[in-house]
Amino acid sequence: MAESQDTDKPKILVLFAHPYPHMSRVNRAMAEAVRDLPHVTVRDLYEIYPDFYIDVKREQALLTTHDVIVMQHPVYWYSCPSLLKEWMDSVLEYGWAYGTGGTALQGKELAQAVSTGGPDEAYRADGYNGITMPELLRPFERSAALCGMTYRAPFMLQGARLKKAEEVAAHAAAYRRWLLDYPHPKTCPGCAAPEVPATDR
Amino acid sequence: MDSLLLNAVIYLAAAVIAVPIAKRLGLGSVLGYLIAGVVIGPWGLKLITDVEAILHFSEFGVVLLLFVIGLELNPRRLWQMRWPILGLGGGQVAGSTLLLTVLGIVLGWPWPVALTAALGLSLSSTAIALQPLTERNLLTTPGGRSAFSILLFQDIAVIPMLALLPLLAVGPAATGQGEGWIGAAKAVAAIGIIVFGGRFLTRPLFRMVADTNLREIFTAVALLLVMGIALLMQLAGLSMALGAFLAGVLLAESEYRHELETDIEPFKGLLLGLFFTAVGMSVDFGLLLSQPVKVLAMVLGLIAAKGLVLLVIARSARLQWSQTWLFVFLLAQGGEFAFVLFGSAAGFGIMDSETVALLTVVVALSMATAPLLVVLNDKLIEPRFVQLDDRPHDVPEDEGNPVIVAGFGRFGQIVVRLLYANRIGVTVLDHDSEIIDTLRKFDFKVFYGDATRLDLLEAAGAAKAKVLVVAVDSQEASLQLVDLVQTHFPHLKIISRARDLPHAMELLNRQVPVIERETFRAALHVGEETLKALGQPAYAARQKALTFQQHNQALLGQLHAHWGEDMEKRISLQRQARARLQQNLEADEKAQEAARGLGWD
Repeated sequence: MAESQDTDKPKILVLFAHPYPHMSRVNRAMAEAVRDLPHVTVRDLYEIYPDFYIDVKREQALLTTHDVIVMQHPVYWYSCPSLLKEWMDSVLEYGWAYGTGGTALQGKELAQAVSTGGPDEAYRADGYNGITMPELLRPFERSAALCGMTYRAPFMLQGARLKKAEEVAAHAAAYRRWLLDYPHPKTCPGCAAPEVPATDR
Repeated sequence: MDSLLLNAVIYLAAAVIAVPIAKRLGLGSVLGYLIAGVVIGPWGLKLITDVEAILHFSEFGVVLLLFVIGLELNPRRLWQMRWPILGLGGGQVAGSTLLLTVLGIVLGWPWPVALTAALGLSLSSTAIALQPLTERNLLTTPGGRSAFSILLFQDIAVIPMLALLPLLAVGPAATGQGEGWIGAAKAVAAIGIIVFGGRFLTRPLFRMVADTNLREIFTAVALLLVMGIALLMQLAGLSMALGAFLAGVLLAESEYRHELETDIEPFKGLLLGLFFTAVGMSVDFGLLLSQPVKVLAMVLGLIAAKGLVLLVIARSARLQWSQTWLFVFLLAQGGEFAFVLFGSAAGFGIMDSETVALLTVVVALSMATAPLLVVLNDKLIEPRFVQLDDRPHDVPEDEGNPVIVAGFGRFGQIVVRLLYANRIGVTVLDHDSEIIDTLRKFDFKVFYGDATRLDLLEAAGAAKAKVLVVAVDSQEASLQLVDLVQTHFPHLKIISRARDLPHAMELLNRQVPVIERETFRAALHVGEETLKALGQPAYAARQKALTFQQHNQALLGQLHAHWGEDMEKRISLQRQARARLQQNLEADEKAQEAARGLGWD
């Protein structure tokens, strides 16, 4: 393999959220494709917290030691799986991730790797969903901003349930490449997070 | 007529008839065997006459008993017990010997006779004392442990006592001394063989035999081992029981421990029964009838003197009063070692045969009284001391705690710890004084008392509390408590532990709002972990367990509606429920599979 072990590769934390991984094609293939990368840590949230009780301190410690957080999940009911939302609700604490003294995540980057069942035509202003993906994912973008993190446009696969096996495999391989080539937030020019006024953080 | 067969039939029949009756009457099994012995013995129906031989043979039951006890004590635990053994045991033997020697001299015996008699009488009966302790599971209580320490010391002490006898003999002391040296050498050699063999030889031997997969050969080896050791010890002039105990301790850490225990157990039980029967037969009623006052006075004197020493020891060992009396009554009798010692003393010419016969009947009678005293203690003495003397029901300070937890065993403890961790005031009631003392050391507020008493509940603040957690072990007490609270403190929300399904049904009958079957969730979790171990994802396994739980809870309600009805109907209900559960689980699986087409990808 030509994959180098660059020391300046960002440390990437993949928060993998899928309630039924054994029934998934796309997301499972993606998670498997990146699990062995040395600079990537994959957290299978549903496997670790089947009863939705999250070890906040442990998760926060992991966040501190990584530069990039990738939320990898299918879009379901126009949002993320509920455990990932629970993860956000409990781990991104006031005074730690945001608010007074909440600077732990500043300078890091948040990205998403999502799949949707509907095809990309559906996610247009004139599509049947009447909403674009960036609009749909605004809550995540805003959450990143509030924590002083840069938000990166999502790595996507749309119309996932109609994809053939080769297409799924190709997507998983592309996902691996994407994480391998992921630029370090520090060296990323012009990626500074938009400021949130201190009074509103 | 085959006399061996006939004798066996007589013994077994006597035991089968007498023991269950005695047990049913609350007298305990030992007394049953003793009575059986008296009935079939030379002073009863005269069915058996050769008492001496039987007594000797059945002493092997005591050997097996000590072997089994040894199996449960590994060397480390034995070492931990060294101070109780030396302190309590040494105190008991020295104290009793001293007191009894003085009494003997007062009776007009020359001092060597008085001393020999006192030495023999200071020993208690291991078998008689241990049987009630194991039967009631009291060996691990402080009282039980102390008693056991003393018995162990006595088993060891009998060796120097036997060695001492030649010195007390008036006559050729020189040969006695010479034999003493040889005896000591033999003793050391025998113990050395047992320690070496136990450590290095038995395990390969057991492994070899276990590999043959012949169960009866394993049993044979186990018996051979114990009998061989007994023989070795006898040859060396040591106590057979002590040797067996030593072997047991050495095997306590081997992987064959449990197999050995189960193999030896039935032999131990039967032979021990035979031993008690033989003691019953050996009570010489002739001597008793000819000198009733003298014999009875000596029995009483023996028990009183030993009891006094034991009482002093129990108090200085800080035993609770409720345990003190059992401790005293269990050890105040004479024991089987006395027979051995007196027999030997007669051989050395220290005692005449008349004295030996008199002392033997005293010891046998005192052994027979021990189980009686234990029953007396259970019925009359202990209840009084539990309630009045040592620990009156504590009066819980009414701290206005919102929660009362009744029962502070392994179940209640977890409840209380969770509540304490969240700074919620809890008033705890329990009736096991030992648990309470331990827990108080850890700063838990626990009160001694029977939670089913109205006055105690009142004192615990039931009128002001909000929640009552019923975590007592006894189902009977649990239901009693629920009834009491529902009548007198209807505002209290009851949360109850249910031990099993019938108990849960009883609680449902009383409309207890929260009922938790104590093993259900733990077992469910083990099932969930098993699903995971088989490769199911954690969340899916969790969901399946929760589906099962929901279904089971519903079933509980249905079962309750039909609880009064006959078994058959309930079984068919359960069968239906099982089928329905399967359908539900399959439907879930399908729903999840359908989800694949609906966007979970």
